[in-house]
Amino acid sequence: MKYFSEIGTYFLMLGQVFRRPTKSSVMRELIFKEIEELILNSLGIVIFISFFVGGVVAIQTALNINNPLIPEMLVGYATRQSVILEFAPTFISIIMAGKIGSFITSSIGSMRVTEQIDALEVMGINSLNYLVFPKIIALLLYPFIIGLAMFLGIFGGWFASVYGGFTSSAAFIEGIQSDFIVFHLTYSFIKTLVFAFILATVPSFQGYYMKGGALEVGKASTYSFVWTSVIIILANYVITTLLLS
Amino acid sequence: MIQVKHLHKSFGEVQVLRDISTTFEQGKTNLIIGSSGSGKTVFLKCLLGLFSPEQGEIFYGTQSFSAMDKNQRKELREHIGMVFQGGALFDSMTVEENIMFPLRMYSNQSQGQMRDRVNTVLDRVNLNGVNKKFPSEISGGMQKRVSIARAIVNNPRYLFCDEPNSGLDPKTSMVIDNLIQEITAEYNMTTIINTHDMNSVMEIGQNIVFLQNGSVAWEGNADNIFNASEQSVIDFVYSSNLFKKIRTIQQQTHR
Repeated sequence: MKYFSEIGTYFLMLGQVFRRPTKSSVMRELIFKEIEELILNSLGIVIFISFFVGGVVAIQTALNINNPLIPEMLVGYATRQSVILEFAPTFISIIMAGKIGSFITSSIGSMRVTEQIDALEVMGINSLNYLVFPKIIALLLYPFIIGLAMFLGIFGGWFASVYGGFTSSAAFIEGIQSDFIVFHLTYSFIKTLVFAFILATVPSFQGYYMKGGALEVGKASTYSFVWTSVIIILANYVITTLLLS
Repeated sequence: MIQVKHLHKSFGEVQVLRDISTTFEQGKTNLIIGSSGSGKTVFLKCLLGLFSPEQGEIFYGTQSFSAMDKNQRKELREHIGMVFQGGALFDSMTVEENIMFPLRMYSNQSQGQMRDRVNTVLDRVNLNGVNKKFPSEISGGMQKRVSIARAIVNNPRYLFCDEPNSGLDPKTSMVIDNLIQEITAEYNMTTIINTHDMNSVMEIGQNIVFLQNGSVAWEGNADNIFNASEQSVIDFVYSSNLFKKIRTIQQQTHR
């Protein structure tokens, strides 16, 4: 029963986010600030993880191909498919649930605990629009991060394969180019946008409706990571079933 | 002026406010006092519209809050200043940005005009040279002053203060109390202060509402609170050792 109540509250929150907009000049600044905090400050970790995980995917694939009848270019092909279809959109989103999700929950939760949200309400400001809407808009740039992760993942795969002596550069590039289906990219970016919305709103919900003190802010951040990850994985299953099966 | 008529508020089975009726006068410091759990904060939040009462009416001037539409409520909120218990300053903003915030939201002044107004109110609360500091870089007393400056920057008609002295030393508390009283008279505001600090009661209690178990148990001012006959008020007033000693001395003198 508690979960149904929370789901209902979440959707009521979404309704409130899009009502009574904050003054446009203030909102513009908030959006730029969120772009910096949520997108630009995440680039480092995304670049690092994408490059090395792409490399590992390529090495694992190469090491598991023992049969001489299987072409070498399969390493590039498998790396591309893994990175574009799952690693970049889903794996990176789970990591982002930990990084930006916890940040969103703890920052909004701290504002709740220290009555800053009450202060906004007393001033007649729609606190949900003020706090959550700029995050949703900023995360519209999330596909840019995922695009970068795709490129760096494949590049990491190429680097590890070629300089690790697992395959030639030409074979890897041939693999990347073979049987390329453009819709796979479309599918990836569609689910990236859905994940971006989940990343902006679920942690905000956890922070906004938390009760208690500093300890509860920590607990809310943990809940936030768990629930954001669970919802991303469920959404991934549903979208994959709808678009690819 | 704010008038409250037959206000009731409960959370689930727990009745927090019971049939509260009182008047908070303009140009005066109106105090809501009572021990912890007496319903002071809930009452204040009902007055601010943060909680909706089940029954009763709150009149801001002649307008009933419950009868106001969204735009009227928004307009009213532009005339409300609030000093929160912990200050509630925005951590991510500097002192100047915090005070400027209501101006940015509700006025079309230029950056220069807003900065001038910020400096004026900072000067009014006797705080200078902290414009570019963050709330975490200044003391608790300074944070309270910044909070007062933010509350008055828009020339509000109503000022609400939730335990403005909590966490402050007695000297700083007195400075804050006097500041609130001076500002109230200067801006001719209706000021409502939620407190359980007897020093504040003595210092600025121009109109006092004593709450007990969610009901108004006594009303008066700082001059007549010591003559109150209600046992709950006597217990509250003399709960401090200092006042207990004064009472003992007074009783010995009378004998």
